[in-house]
Amino acid sequence: MRFLLRTTVILALLLGAGVAAQTEPPPPVDSVETPSIPPPAPVTGLEVFDTDDDHGHSITLTWELSADDGIGQGSVMSYDVFRWYPPLMDSLAARRDKIQRAQAAHARFRRDLGVAEDALGDLLSGDREFSALRFSVATPTDDSTFVLDRSFVERALRDTIQVMSTNLPLLPDSIRALQEVFESALERLPEAHKTYPTGGTWKSVGKAASGEGRFVNSGSKDPMSGDFIPDFTDLYYRVDAVTADEAVRAESVIVGPRQSKGQWFNGGRFPVFWAVIIFGFLTIYFVSRARKGAELYVRPLAGIEAVDDAIGRATEMGRPILYVLGLGTAADVATIASFTVLGRVAKRVAEYQTELIVPTYDPIVMSVAQEVVKSSYLDAGRPDDYKENTVFFVTNLQFAYVAAVNGIMLRELPATNVYMGKFFAESLLLAETGALAGSIQIAGTDEIAQIPFFIVACDYTLIGEELYAASAYLGREPILLGSLKAQDWAKAAVIVLAIVGLVAASFEWTTFTELFHVTN
Amino acid sequence: MKRQVPLVLVFLFGLFMIFQYFVPHESSEWVYEFLLDWIYIIGIFALALGIWSLYVVSVDKIKTRKHDWKYSYITLAGLFGMILFGFTARHGDEWGWFLVFVACVLLTIGMIVQAMAAKTAKGLPLALAGVFLIASILIAAFDDTWSFYFYTAEGLQSTMFRAFFDYVMMPILATIFSLLAFFIASAAYRAFRARNLLASLLLIAALIVMMRFFPYFGSTVGELIARTSNWLMNVPNLAAQRAIVIGVGLGIVATALKVILGIERGYMGKG
Repeated sequence: MRFLLRTTVILALLLGAGVAAQTEPPPPVDSVETPSIPPPAPVTGLEVFDTDDDHGHSITLTWELSADDGIGQGSVMSYDVFRWYPPLMDSLAARRDKIQRAQAAHARFRRDLGVAEDALGDLLSGDREFSALRFSVATPTDDSTFVLDRSFVERALRDTIQVMSTNLPLLPDSIRALQEVFESALERLPEAHKTYPTGGTWKSVGKAASGEGRFVNSGSKDPMSGDFIPDFTDLYYRVDAVTADEAVRAESVIVGPRQSKGQWFNGGRFPVFWAVIIFGFLTIYFVSRARKGAELYVRPLAGIEAVDDAIGRATEMGRPILYVLGLGTAADVATIASFTVLGRVAKRVAEYQTELIVPTYDPIVMSVAQEVVKSSYLDAGRPDDYKENTVFFVTNLQFAYVAAVNGIMLRELPATNVYMGKFFAESLLLAETGALAGSIQIAGTDEIAQIPFFIVACDYTLIGEELYAASAYLGREPILLGSLKAQDWAKAAVIVLAIVGLVAASFEWTTFTELFHVTN
Repeated sequence: MKRQVPLVLVFLFGLFMIFQYFVPHESSEWVYEFLLDWIYIIGIFALALGIWSLYVVSVDKIKTRKHDWKYSYITLAGLFGMILFGFTARHGDEWGWFLVFVACVLLTIGMIVQAMAAKTAKGLPLALAGVFLIASILIAAFDDTWSFYFYTAEGLQSTMFRAFFDYVMMPILATIFSLLAFFIASAAYRAFRARNLLASLLLIAALIVMMRFFPYFGSTVGELIARTSNWLMNVPNLAAQRAIVIGVGLGIVATALKVILGIERGYMGKG
């Protein structure tokens, strides 16, 4: 009995202790010991300079990695880049928000005023039947509905319109005033930065991952943008080496003042600059040689030689010639080259009195093509044969254009189809339909992906640069042939340089390969 | 003078475009962006000319009763119908007389076209055009279930505009695009006929590249084909492509120089 009693007491005590242990509150977080991270070594050799070859508003920072990045303690997880902001920057940001809010309010006011005026107009004229406006109001006890009468709605609308009409004209002035204050503050920005380190704050402008020793603080040139970086202004930077615990970090020395500004020459494009200069001289040299009467040989282009035959065939068959300028705009060089070929084709067409059809994809291309064809008819001495509808606009939707041109091919059954210019996914759709219609087809494009399609489906294809050579070849004018010669010499130079580059790269002769490195 | 002014403009602006490529300064950027804005302005005016051209060609087709001239009515209906849908939107759930209004406007245009196309008896179509025009004006004036929106993009979100674009236009465009699959098959058949040595090489290369995606080869054969195919794509194919790219690049620079210097005048109708 005593044993049972003792056992019960022991069990009760044990249970009580267990419950007590379970209900005991957990120790406060502060008292939990976490392994503390020692502060890392700061970055060294921080250099801050204006970013090269840009339009300004950008500063580049480079530094030597912290001794604890990867090696040492290995505790550095990232680098936090800070820039010093004078108090005026905060005030500028606040004013910028105010202007943007005011502009949004102005737009909203204008729209709402229009809606209110329309509603009042409808109400007064009886256009919109007004029975009653019912509002359902849910209360804790019941759902009830109340009705607004007409006079109340009219009064409310009138009041709204009056308030809006009074305030709306004032808003542009307010916005203008805000903008003036903003602009005057903007002018004081360089002076404000000179007050460093008085008053301002350090703000993070970006992060670099561990192992990276470079950061470009590239901002906007628009003062209304949040990440605006002013040019010709003293800027101060520092870089923090940050550990897994954001609070544990090491600040670098502060570097500044540095100013950002736009450059007048992009040094990263020097290789392109020299290439253009040399090629320009080559072109001018060969053009002047051609002018002096030098014999310049140009290899025959089968596609271009076939143009005359194709036009003759169309004349004999009494069928039209379809000329497609592609989907390029008038700014594309391929389209410009195509205009020249169109001019030649139109001249022959005018001489042979054949019909020409030129459906276009772009309205500007249409306008230019009309002028080109008109001039060609004039040159051929047949201005009266020119019809305005020869060149016409179809659509600027790619596949709608395909449908229209394919329709023309199947209805008109042109004897010859000429495709010259920029082509994309529609190339094969057009060329295959033309082949099905039994037309002779001549194509030329500089779009590499489309060349195989044209080669397969067309009788003659001008590959890449042959399209640009076509105008010179067709005209046989010495000046145009001169530029072709310049291209040939430039190609020869490219081949030689490519071989030398291959050898240089193989033997790691970087001095030579770097000569052609375009950095920006 | 008529020829000289465009040439001088092309020379000046062409030279500026070369200049701005090498000058990253903000002032150069500003002028460049300003000039690019002109493309939009010219484009808008040119679009009006384009629409007019489409209208004239379609009317001419009806007038001269060319092959399948009746489809031109559909072109014109689509053109003017979508313009109407783009500038109108309903207020609530009711369509009211909107569809009747659209039909009346389209019939007005149709009757005007009919009158222009007819050689004689123009009176009836013109009278009908007048009737439909009055009907459409009356509907626009008295039907308050919808409104015109000239200043906002409300019309572009209207049900009818979206429905025609999403459920008529897009499926038609997708259909045209899908034809490409069949055209590729027929073009491939023609290209891969082994007529001579070069065509046979093309056929073999094409077969290897296509077989790369064949899933039932064993790992050894599959691996070999994949490696051969990658070599074909990355070595001979890429080398040829780069050769064309270099040629195209030089051709573009040469043509641009010719245009800037006034040697190439094909775009002005003078080759």
